Amino acid sequence: MFLEAITNVLEGNGLITGFVIVGVTMYVAYLISGKLTRGIVHGSAIAIVLGLVLAYFGGVYTEGTKGLADVSLFAGIGLLGGSMLRDFAIVATSFGANFDEIKKAGARGVSSLFIGVGLSFVVGVLIALLFGYNDAVSLTTIGAGAVTYIVGPITGAALNASSEVIAISIAAGLIKSVLVMVGTPFVAKYIGLDNPLSAMVYGGLMGTTSGVTGGLAATDVRLVPYGAVTATFYTGLGCLLCPTLLYILTGLVW
Amino acid sequence: MAIYGVAILAGCFVVGMFFGEIIGTIMGVDSNVGGVGIAMLLLIVVVDKLQKKGMLSMPAQSGLAFWNAMYIPIVIAMAASQNVLGALTGGPLAIIAGVAAVVISWTVVPLLSGKKARESAVEFNQSHPLKTQEVK
Repeated sequence: MFLEAITNVLEGNGLITGFVIVGVTMYVAYLISGKLTRGIVHGSAIAIVLGLVLAYFGGVYTEGTKGLADVSLFAGIGLLGGSMLRDFAIVATSFGANFDEIKKAGARGVSSLFIGVGLSFVVGVLIALLFGYNDAVSLTTIGAGAVTYIVGPITGAALNASSEVIAISIAAGLIKSVLVMVGTPFVAKYIGLDNPLSAMVYGGLMGTTSGVTGGLAATDVRLVPYGAVTATFYTGLGCLLCPTLLYILTGLVW
Repeated sequence: MAIYGVAILAGCFVVGMFFGEIIGTIMGVDSNVGGVGIAMLLLIVVVDKLQKKGMLSMPAQSGLAFWNAMYIPIVIAMAASQNVLGALTGGPLAIIAGVAAVVISWTVVPLLSGKKARESAVEFNQSHPLKTQEVK
């Protein structure tokens, strides 16, 4: 009776349950940050890692694709962390951002977008070559996956790539997103990520919106809007360039 | 009223997304291109105009500030709903391609942001002091 009551309440009020879970996760993360690392590792960085660990176990338990959100009791996490509320909150971070800073970095931000898409694509293609792929469709799809996990499957579908190659491209993009989320606070110091200009360049180069905004949140939350403003153009640019120009160029070489 | 702030935010969001869809269609891409970015720029401009006219009351600002502060919790919920298992079971090619793309892009950041960025960091820290209390 009690168990059924709990299940009904948690499942029937998913979003609210999500607030509780995230609140508890953050409390634990900030406790770990303060007591175990004496504040050296930022609480939100630990919270993101905890979230990813929960997502891993959620995936193992349900064999689904949405991490913890696939566990029916915790489905609200998917709503809270879904693209609608995420994008809404990203827009809200620009409350307090400085328009002059964005204008100052405008040209560099735009060029970083093109360099970012091109660079990730080339790296993906080269690694795919090393693994023995030599047809333009597979190479382009895997290269597009290294751009983001959204560009990969869109490109693969447009070019009629095999489902195995599309799966690889999605996985490559997911690895990129997770690594940017977790790694950003650790490399920030070494790559000069402490000002709006480099945050905008960062968003343009990395491009994965979830990775960049998550990583910057764990580094210095004031930088989030600057990274986000460029990163949100990246996937669109990738979807535009990969199945067209970059595919044609790849086809010319192989 | 707080809802005024939330409504301004939501209005900018919807308008930005609309233009993102239009740009996507014009470019022939099956995705929203820069909708969030446009919404952000719009919000910055709208809030700036309203603040200068003194038309953005404190409660209205609190509606904006709330969603601003909810950003990190939402990112954590997002992390918890990622396909981490899929990423780790994608095989060595996927893992190496993903890691290589990130590491190489990292090394390019300082090259692209350049010296100017270093100088602006000092200025930025003076004009936007860290509010550590707020984060906790």
